[in-house]
Amino acid sequence: MLETKGISVSFGGVHAIQDLSFQVEEGEIFSIMGPNGAGKTTVFNLISRFYDVDEGRISFEGEDITNVPPHAIARRGIARTFQNVELFDHETVLKNLLIAQHIHRKTSVLTEFLFTPKVRNQEITFRKKAEDVIDLLHLQNYREKTVDSLPFGIRKIVEIGRALCMDPKLLLLDEPSSGLNPEESEDLSFWIEDINEDLGITILMVEHDMNLIGQVSNRVLAMADGRQLTIGKPEEVRVHPDVVDAYLGT
Amino acid sequence: MRFVLKTNYGRDIDIFKHRTHAIWYIVLVGLLIVAPLFLDIFYEKQLTELFIWAIAGAGLMLLVGYTGLVSLGHVAFMALGAYIHAILYSRGWPLALSIPASAVMTGGIGVLIGVASLRMTGIYLAIATLAFAMIVEKVLAHWPALTGGHSGFRVDDPNLFGLSLDSSTAYYYTCLTVLLFVFLAVINLLRSPTGRSFIAVRDSEISAQALGVSLLRTKTLAFALSAALTGLAGALYAHRIGFLFPDAFTIMTSIMLLMLVVVGGLGSLHGVVFGAFFITIVPQIIAIVRDWLPAELAQRGGLEPLIFGGVLILFLMFEPLGFYGRWVKIRLFFSQFPLYRRKTFLRQKSYLKTERVH
Repeated sequence: MLETKGISVSFGGVHAIQDLSFQVEEGEIFSIMGPNGAGKTTVFNLISRFYDVDEGRISFEGEDITNVPPHAIARRGIARTFQNVELFDHETVLKNLLIAQHIHRKTSVLTEFLFTPKVRNQEITFRKKAEDVIDLLHLQNYREKTVDSLPFGIRKIVEIGRALCMDPKLLLLDEPSSGLNPEESEDLSFWIEDINEDLGITILMVEHDMNLIGQVSNRVLAMADGRQLTIGKPEEVRVHPDVVDAYLGT
Repeated sequence: MRFVLKTNYGRDIDIFKHRTHAIWYIVLVGLLIVAPLFLDIFYEKQLTELFIWAIAGAGLMLLVGYTGLVSLGHVAFMALGAYIHAILYSRGWPLALSIPASAVMTGGIGVLIGVASLRMTGIYLAIATLAFAMIVEKVLAHWPALTGGHSGFRVDDPNLFGLSLDSSTAYYYTCLTVLLFVFLAVINLLRSPTGRSFIAVRDSEISAQALGVSLLRTKTLAFALSAALTGLAGALYAHRIGFLFPDAFTIMTSIMLLMLVVVGGLGSLHGVVFGAFFITIVPQIIAIVRDWLPAELAQRGGLEPLIFGGVLILFLMFEPLGFYGRWVKIRLFFSQFPLYRRKTFLRQKSYLKTERVH
């Protein structure tokens, strides 16, 4: 589904990613792990097109997306969350979920000025979708709350909800469990499985928490210093000598 | 307290939240319609001016309050709207055509500024728009063949399909009608995807992009609409002052407009009305207070900018959400009385994006 071929990027003299190749198959949960500074989030930013690759190609569903503009990525069916949560802070949870359906809009500015029945119906469709996501993630209590009044754990869930509102084919989760307490992490692992199985969304996840990775992932890519260490099943990767080295040092 | 029972999603989409809400606004509009029957001609003119400011304010609010882009050059759009309309009108275009045409053309110029704004935010954008305003002012002053230059440009009396709008009452109704349409259009836009995309760009450009919102499209659209509305206000203002000259559109007007949106309350259309009310009424109050002051103080210039500046600073320090924010608090106080908690609106310390560690 998603394929990177020999991608590299460097910032000044820092080689953030070097010659990284991997494939995410349709329907799987694929995790990327690695110590701090390994370049995990950079991989996400390359796929989201916030950064340009220096070398290599990225393709999604057989189409090359190496040079499409960032806002066109969403339309192709790739949604993402951010490590430090990038919600629209001054708006309610509901509004955040509605904003996320922007790519599905079929109205023009002119009809919106007049608020024609078509616009109204579209609003209702958007609202229903948002309510489905609210039900899935148990956000009913927070619907009308503004984001900046919510605790961090809830914000992370809202952000996942916002990504789901796009109806993506591929969901990129950037450290979904960071900042969550153990219970919330537990819930999260169930949700991730639900999203994958019930909604049929392929998931690419950057994660630190080995428990979460072990529980949900089909395959894991371990990286350090911008390079691939190994790809394989979670239990294999965990005991791989290079991975142990990268985490514990030699 | 009132609890609204919502039985369908349409209730959240409707403009009025419940019946009393609608009734209050109908009463307000009704009062504005009958006002000229009771009001002195002076107040009628003041209200007309308030409507014009509110139209321009709605334009600037879209940009500053909803899209998060600051413009110090909005006086230029007002001037362009005024001059384009006056020139077209003097060349025989009917009023019903030349006013929309001036708004559209001003909007087109707004697009150019919008494209340029893509690479600038915050203070840089403010300075760039300020420069734009100065360029426009100079062009108006030094193109006498078209604009009359410093000797000014007389605006013909407004006449709509043979109906003279020259009397202050007729013009009052004209401006009121335009204002109501502008507000309706802006409210509609804000409850549709386009309005939400503005908010998305304001709150987080990066996630707006990740959600498929094009920054180029959204920012140019915001600038275009904002410029068009301000241009429309300018066109109406042209007839209000009757005679155009470059000095009628100085940086001071830009600051007044910016003050309108800040003091009124960023991110709310109520704020536009409160702000417009504020900037029309304060000069009158200052004029009255002048009579009470000792002569040497009253005669001195700069009293007005001093008070405006002082009020702006006080608002930024104590009530960043402006009059509208204060209004929301007072309303909540009464609706929850006596259970209102003082700290309801205590804010979390907020950081600038640049202060945040990613």
